[in-house]
Amino acid sequence: MDQFTLNLLFVGASFALYIGIAIWARAGSTAEFYAAGRGVHPITNGMATAADWMSAASFISMAGLIAFTGYDNSSFLMGWTGGYVLLALLLAPYLRKFGKFTVSEFIGDRFYSPTARLVAVICLLVASITYVIGQMQGVGIAFGRFLEIDAFWGLLLGSCVVFAYAVFGGMKGVTYTQVAQYCVLITAYTIPAVFISLQLTGNPIPALGLFGEHTASGESLLVKLDQIVTDLGFKEYTAAHGSTINMVLFTLSLMIGTAGLPHVIMRFFTVPKVSDARWSAGWTLVFIALLYLTAPAVGAMARLNISDLMWPNGTNAEAVSVEQIENEPEYAWMQTWQKTGLLDWEDKNGDGKIQYYNDQNADLQAKAEANGWEGNELTKFNRDILVLANPEIANLPGWVIGLVAAGGLAAALSTAAGLLLAISSAVSHDLLKGQLTPNMSEKNELLAARLSMAAAIVVAVLLGLNPPGFAAQTVALAFGLAAASIFPALMMGIFSTRINNSGAVAGMLAGLTVTLLYIFLHKGWFFIPDTNSFTDADPLLGPIKSTSFGAIGAMVNFIVAYVVSNMTKETPQEIKDLVQSVRIPRGAGAAVDDH
Amino acid sequence: MSQNDDNNAYWSANMRLIKISLVIWALVSFGFGIILRPMLAGIKVGGTDLGFWFAQQGSILCFLALIFFYAWRMNTLDREHGVDEE
Repeated sequence: MDQFTLNLLFVGASFALYIGIAIWARAGSTAEFYAAGRGVHPITNGMATAADWMSAASFISMAGLIAFTGYDNSSFLMGWTGGYVLLALLLAPYLRKFGKFTVSEFIGDRFYSPTARLVAVICLLVASITYVIGQMQGVGIAFGRFLEIDAFWGLLLGSCVVFAYAVFGGMKGVTYTQVAQYCVLITAYTIPAVFISLQLTGNPIPALGLFGEHTASGESLLVKLDQIVTDLGFKEYTAAHGSTINMVLFTLSLMIGTAGLPHVIMRFFTVPKVSDARWSAGWTLVFIALLYLTAPAVGAMARLNISDLMWPNGTNAEAVSVEQIENEPEYAWMQTWQKTGLLDWEDKNGDGKIQYYNDQNADLQAKAEANGWEGNELTKFNRDILVLANPEIANLPGWVIGLVAAGGLAAALSTAAGLLLAISSAVSHDLLKGQLTPNMSEKNELLAARLSMAAAIVVAVLLGLNPPGFAAQTVALAFGLAAASIFPALMMGIFSTRINNSGAVAGMLAGLTVTLLYIFLHKGWFFIPDTNSFTDADPLLGPIKSTSFGAIGAMVNFIVAYVVSNMTKETPQEIKDLVQSVRIPRGAGAAVDDH
Repeated sequence: MSQNDDNNAYWSANMRLIKISLVIWALVSFGFGIILRPMLAGIKVGGTDLGFWFAQQGSILCFLALIFFYAWRMNTLDREHGVDEE
């Protein structure tokens, strides 16, 4: 059986499974649509939240970004896990006690203001749509690869599948399909990593193999990797190169953003008890950690394998030849990926070899001159293809490649579906039913929810045609926006009785506006290319890149809310009582839908 | 002690626990993983230094331990202060 058929088989089988589960658990009433009737066990909920959370950014993109920068991109690892500590300690149990369906309902009630609720909906929509753009990028790449078509067509086709999939069921369909998706994606991520770790280090656990010994050379894997990449003129893998301030702010933005993203917080509304909400956050992180502890090993080992393939006998011998790339089976992946337009090479000096090195490095430029090289000839290597190409790079059997394609799609689909659900509930539940047309029937509410999903996908595809970065970087921008707007409002709503309606509204608007402005100034207005005034290589504020600005936006939010609250009328007594009751687990009943 | 005083005592015990946990949270990630990494450079782990390990794996393991510790401790506190769910 050829690879194409195998991929189709794996992807097809996994889809059949998800759709089967979605039909089996089709949502009936609105309560079921949003929160699965609240009967979900913490471990089940943890697994589903993990699938919801680990998106194309985690599965497809993150290890690739780590592979090509090493230590400097550790922020993704710490940021996307550390946020769960904030979620478990500062938000989840209290929001569960509050017992409503959506994040903006909490903000609307706690800050006794329809305006606050409206502003929360806007913040939520901006962050979620940016996030969906990143997911659609991942969907496009995965579809492009397994159907062997251009990533653009992959994106269009993928968006249709995501739409069909997300309208099928509500949260309940989504909860159980997401458990299935978690199982598919973690298996797909782990199996190739185990194979590769065995090949390179002899250790079956990739997380340990990363700090183990490289069997071929007898040296530590990371020492060997540092040697190889510096030999090619790239920066040392394990050393820090970027600004410390930027790295701290970037990590912090990702952490706060994690705790401020509506589709993740929503999951904690679905557990039966407050104590379960605490455990659920822990279980979610267990399932996430299984992937996140493997990811740095995947990155490092893939980098080693790629360098090795391009220079089979080291840089002092000959580079790989064009003939080898075109004919030998272990280079077949380069040709399949070339079809997606995400990988390319060019024999610039016409010597029949492909020299891959850093042509910006002075030492290597001297070496290039001595050897007649005319620049790096591996001209295009999109970071986002690394994880999907990894099993092919390591020459693993065909079924592993098919499995990874299915896993990558599971990751992108589950998150896209979760986000679309958050978007549709924001529009239909908070915006339409909560504010504009309170007398809407249940049936019309479901219809509005589905229409808003469709609209969100169209917007995401249009903006996703010119993505502002690799998938994980686009997603990082979404985290910055959530960090600057939603998280501070939620936290102040629980931990302070002093913050009032005007303070919260002013804070959220200020946080969202400055962050959005900073992002657009660096990434272009609405991500349209060439409309940016600054670049992330030379940012407006010292070393602070647009992806790191969320933490600053959050501080702006806190300060503005505090100052405005102190200048305006104190919160009424019944709101203080509400805050007191949210802090105490006793009396947490089932959620009520009062709109 | 009235239920109100008990609720206040519960809340301050919770705040204390949150503060301690967040100090550890920041120490293992921003501290050991980033800012204090040069100070830990002398401690070698698998071909690199301890700071690299904290940045790529250690912090995640500490986060896990923190969340489970907090959940366990809070569920005990809930019962001690009579604010648990029946």
